[in-house]
Amino acid sequence: MPDYSWPPMEKRRVIGTRQKRLDGIDKSTGRAKYSSDQKPPATLFGALLTSPHAHARITSMDTSEAEHLEGVKALRVITPAGQEVQWEGTEIAAVAAVTEEIANDAIRKIKIKYELLPHLVREDDMAKAGNRVKAAGEQVTGDPDKAFQDAFAMVEGTYSIPVITHCCLEPHGNIVQFDGTRVNLWPSTQNVSGIGGDLGKALEVSAANVRTRMQFIGGGFGSKFAADRWGVEAGLLSKAAGGKPVKIYLDRATELKIAGNRPSAFAKIKVAATKDGDITSWESNSWATGGMTGGGMPPLPYVFTEIPNKRLNHSAVAVNAGGARAWRAPNHPQASFLTCAALEDLAAKLKMDPVELFAKNADLTSRGGVYRSQLQKASDAMDWKKRWHQRGDSGAGPIKQGLGLGINTWGGAGHASQCRTTINPDGSVLLEMGSQDLGTGTRTIITMVAAETLGLPMGAIALRIGDSEYPPDGASGGSTTVGGVTVSTRKSTVNALEKLFVAVAPALGASPDQLAAIDGRIQVKDNPSKSLPWQDACRKLGTAKISEMGENDPRKPSGLNSSGVAGIQMADVSVDVETGIVKMNKFVAVQDCGLVVNPKTAESQIHGAVIMGICAALFEERVMDEQTGKYLNADMEFYKLAGIADIGEIEVHMDIAPEHDKRGVIGLGEPPAIGVVAAIANAVANAIGVRVPSVPVTADRVLAALEGRNA
Amino acid sequence: MSSKNDSEVPGKLKSGVSRRGFIRRAGIGGGILGAGVLEQQAPAAPPAEGTFVGPAAVPITLKINGKTETVNLEPRVTLLDALRNHLDLTGAKRVCDRATCGACTVILNGRSVYSCTVLAIDAQGRDIQTIEGIGNGRPHPVSVAFVNNDGQQCGYCTPGFVMAAKAFLDHHPDPTYEEVKEGLCGNLCRCGTYVGVRQAVLEAAKEMKGGHHA
Repeated sequence: MPDYSWPPMEKRRVIGTRQKRLDGIDKSTGRAKYSSDQKPPATLFGALLTSPHAHARITSMDTSEAEHLEGVKALRVITPAGQEVQWEGTEIAAVAAVTEEIANDAIRKIKIKYELLPHLVREDDMAKAGNRVKAAGEQVTGDPDKAFQDAFAMVEGTYSIPVITHCCLEPHGNIVQFDGTRVNLWPSTQNVSGIGGDLGKALEVSAANVRTRMQFIGGGFGSKFAADRWGVEAGLLSKAAGGKPVKIYLDRATELKIAGNRPSAFAKIKVAATKDGDITSWESNSWATGGMTGGGMPPLPYVFTEIPNKRLNHSAVAVNAGGARAWRAPNHPQASFLTCAALEDLAAKLKMDPVELFAKNADLTSRGGVYRSQLQKASDAMDWKKRWHQRGDSGAGPIKQGLGLGINTWGGAGHASQCRTTINPDGSVLLEMGSQDLGTGTRTIITMVAAETLGLPMGAIALRIGDSEYPPDGASGGSTTVGGVTVSTRKSTVNALEKLFVAVAPALGASPDQLAAIDGRIQVKDNPSKSLPWQDACRKLGTAKISEMGENDPRKPSGLNSSGVAGIQMADVSVDVETGIVKMNKFVAVQDCGLVVNPKTAESQIHGAVIMGICAALFEERVMDEQTGKYLNADMEFYKLAGIADIGEIEVHMDIAPEHDKRGVIGLGEPPAIGVVAAIANAVANAIGVRVPSVPVTADRVLAALEGRNA
Repeated sequence: MSSKNDSEVPGKLKSGVSRRGFIRRAGIGGGILGAGVLEQQAPAAPPAEGTFVGPAAVPITLKINGKTETVNLEPRVTLLDALRNHLDLTGAKRVCDRATCGACTVILNGRSVYSCTVLAIDAQGRDIQTIEGIGNGRPHPVSVAFVNNDGQQCGYCTPGFVMAAKAFLDHHPDPTYEEVKEGLCGNLCRCGTYVGVRQAVLEAAKEMKGGHHA
């Protein structure tokens, strides 16, 4: 079997260098065509009628006026009279028309009557949730009651993190052309290779008859895997309109209501320790919602899983609101916040530096040594030892400064991936893979790996992704892409090169296994004088091109990739105790990440993850109104994201070193997004001397917490 | 909706933390600075007196990137939708559709505007510059700087950011780091590319001093 192993660090020419993203200039000049930018000939515009009510029965619907409106080409009822809708935004009918304006006019002309039914849209007060609550069984380890009795110090608190929505800038949607036999799909998806099967099933067309194409996606973050109702309806409208393409993209309000959200998490937590800060006991009663299906269960206690005595209870609460979808490290940011908040409160009670508390208890995690060294590294970057103070000991004046920390862990194993490498007799090289570049830099790292293997400049490699006709690649979720595509690319390019060596060997008077590809030449190893330029070598192929596959099979470890990472994150904030405003000063992210293919885009991933965490810590919250059942801030004015002036300075430390590199490639997209809310919320507590129990830490919550202390 | 005109752009910051400066630059920015603020808001065109058009489509003539285009549009069609749905100029993106996020930013008579809240019919007679029309056939220095500094990930906010940055630099050729943060606070990114964007705008400022850039 060929040797697929990564070249030693010191011999790499491309991998590990800082490369600009290859599709960057297409994006920054506006040339990049997202699916939402496409308009195949004769495209019709689709629009959806959605429910304005959280829970209602449709008693009557009259679509006749809408159907007869000039320019309307097809109309479909999705939820007919007699049926119930269970959340605001539920799809009721869909229209396709010659212009977007007419499609929207037609939607407004559908006459519909509802019988309102009782709803529950808020999960914060469990007492009001009644039979909406579904409890998971209690889990007990050791003897928590005795451990709490024996403890030197104990804290109890209730903490919460709300539902937030993905708010992808490119809304969910697609263009679908369906003539009854064949489907052309231009989606916005994290799953180019797989989404066609999903849509085909719904349209009763074999996956082989669905062609999926997508060059760019404007954000997914875990919410764009399925074909979705709007995909199916676009297909059925297209068929009804004689096979003309139908384009449906959600408007912003609908995007926020039904295209995915992250479950909330609430928890009453009790945690105890010895005088020296050894954590002895944990008890949590947590609850969460993710819509009618209840939502995820945060893994508590987070990271510190080996606390000897534990009692865990969790309940899912069904509410009449849009359903949860995977969200950048599902359940982890919530668990990290809940756990780190409780532990920071414990440290404050013990008058102990939380960094010391975390380090002292690092052996309660599965990677104690790594966390201890990361705590040290992050502390150095933050100058923590010198700058940390006891909770609330922030001096005079209204601006209080504080430090806090958070923790993360993640898997990041590579997904199933196949790559095809073609070497042509003219020397040109083509790679094909049914993958997608979510903005993580996937195109760039595939090309880097190919250039490394083939000894060619990156510019000599042509790469095609984003088409279901290319070899299949897994969905981009769970930080699995980089580990998958690098390995399939490595194997495919090594396989192709071996074939080239066989063709070239006679001309160089050597055996194929004596050859190497270096700096644009095929040469005899250790004898550069016996060599051929790449193009001359490829001419030896005659008329037959080389086409070789390579695969990452997650069931068969290759040694080229692995999983399991750790990270420590620290925040430095200032809080104005008169206005309640929190300002980010600095953020430090220390992340372990295996072999880093492109440090430039890897850093960007961490920057982005931290900024997304800042959004969640200080700004983001889905606000539901129990009276009306409505999502009050389904827009971008009041569903707030951080702006460019709100993020402070961000310092990233990736552990690029032989001992990490030898683990191979590991996904990085999610882990740095996990501990940010925890770090910021803890820094605020450290600054103002009192816990703000609910995030986002908005000005009103800061002032309320301060009033509670003063009362 | 708050908005800000040229005269309110702060000069170099004084040292130390003033209360007003703290509030302006601190966390509430996502709510106040981030909502509906572009560095240069062009005033809406007054309606021509005594003329009534629509609701059916009417010929609308737009001067876009130096070229004159006439399209039949209903008067209610926004400039953004005219560009995207009728002229295949899809660099400007429709994201919030309510003048909050800046993904649809174009330059109108030298000033950056949210094209989602300008009617195409009101943009007649003005110079409309879109991302497709900057740089004289080569990538504009701002576009190049966004690549050099990795000020983009998914890229959906990028064309709007590039246009906002270009308009900002056209009016503030030598900005400080703090001024860049103020000047670009009318655009939102979801992937979290602000670290690269700040550096990109500073780099572009240096590049653009070398000469005039359309």
